[in-house]
Amino acid sequence: MDEIKPDKSIDIKGHICPYTFVKSKIAIEGMEVGQVLEILLDYEEASRSIPKSMEDLGQKVLRVEKINDTDWKLLIRKEKE
Amino acid sequence: MEFTEEQLQRYSRHIILPEVGGKGQKKLLQSKVFIVGAGGLGCPVGFYLAAAGVGTIGIIDNDTVELSNLQRQIAHSTKTIGKLKIESAKATFEALNPDVTVVGMKERINKGNIFDLIKDYDIVVDGSDNFPTRYLINDACVMVKKPLVSGAILRFEGQVTTIMPGEGHCYRCLFEQMPPAGLVPSCQEAGVIGAIPGVVGSLQAIEVIKLILGKGDILKNVLLIYDALKTTFRRVKVPKNPDCPVCGNHPTITEIQDYDAEYCRM
Repeated sequence: MDEIKPDKSIDIKGHICPYTFVKSKIAIEGMEVGQVLEILLDYEEASRSIPKSMEDLGQKVLRVEKINDTDWKLLIRKEKE
Repeated sequence: MEFTEEQLQRYSRHIILPEVGGKGQKKLLQSKVFIVGAGGLGCPVGFYLAAAGVGTIGIIDNDTVELSNLQRQIAHSTKTIGKLKIESAKATFEALNPDVTVVGMKERINKGNIFDLIKDYDIVVDGSDNFPTRYLINDACVMVKKPLVSGAILRFEGQVTTIMPGEGHCYRCLFEQMPPAGLVPSCQEAGVIGAIPGVVGSLQAIEVIKLILGKGDILKNVLLIYDALKTTFRRVKVPKNPDCPVCGNHPTITEIQDYDAEYCRM
C-alpha cells in the first residue's frame, strides 16, 4: 500500500463513543480541505462509526487499518468545510 | 479558542450535529443574549441557553421570587423565595454551566434605558408579561435592527414569533396598537398551566440558537400558536405591513414613546 503522509495525527485511545467522534470532528474542522487526518483508536465500534460519520459529513475515508491486537488507524481526507 | 476536555464532554451532543460542530459551539460561546423578564418565559429560555453554552446572558427583572411563581418559574426555588429573581436565576444558570456569565439587572426596562441595555447584545428575547413592555421592546429592536424572539402565554395557549427588523414583520405589523387596558386578561387574572411557558420558552431558546448558528428556518413572518388543550401548533402567516407605524415605509413612530402613559389613556 502506498504510504500516505498525514498532515495531522490524533491519538484517541482510551476514549469511547461519542468522544471518539467528537475529537475526530474537532480535529478535522481545524484542517484545510485536501489535508489528511490520521486517527489512532482502540475502541472497536469507533473503527466503524467514525468512517461512516465522516462520510456523512462529506469527508473521504482513505484507510481503515487494524494495526495490532487492540488498535486501529484511520486516514481521513478533508473534502469539505 | 480551544475547547477544554470538560467542554468537549459538556457540548458533545451539539458538536456531533452537522449543523453545530465545534464551529457552531464556539459561536454559541461567543454570543450575547438579552432576556427581558426572569419569570415564566425567562426561566426556561435562560435555562436552555445556559445549558447550550451561550456565553453571556443578560437578564432584567425588578421582582423578587414569590411562592406563587414556582408553579412555572423553574429557575427559582422554595429556598429563593424573597430573593431577587435575577439573583436566583443567575445562581441557577451559572450552577448549570460555569462557562456562562449571567448579567442580572434589577430594574424595569423603560424608554430611558432600553437602548443602552440592549446595545451590547446580539439578540433580544421578550419574556415580559405586559403590553407596554412588549411594544417598547418591539419598537426599540426595530429602531436599532436587533433580532427579537417574542413569546407570550395565557391559560392553555402560547405564541412565538421572531422579528428580524428590515427583513420581516414586526409586532406592530401583527397587532398595530396595544389592546385597551383590561381587555386582555393577565396571567394573574386568567391563570396558566405551568408547563406552557416551558413549551414556549423552549421554542424561543431554539429560535435563538438557530439565529446564532445561522441554520434552519426561523419564525420570520410567522406567528406560531400552540393550543395545549387541542395539542395543535398553528402557523399563521404575518406579512410585513408596508403601512406599519414603526417598520413600514413611512413610519409614524420614529422615537420611543411613553408606553405606560399611552396604555393608561386607552
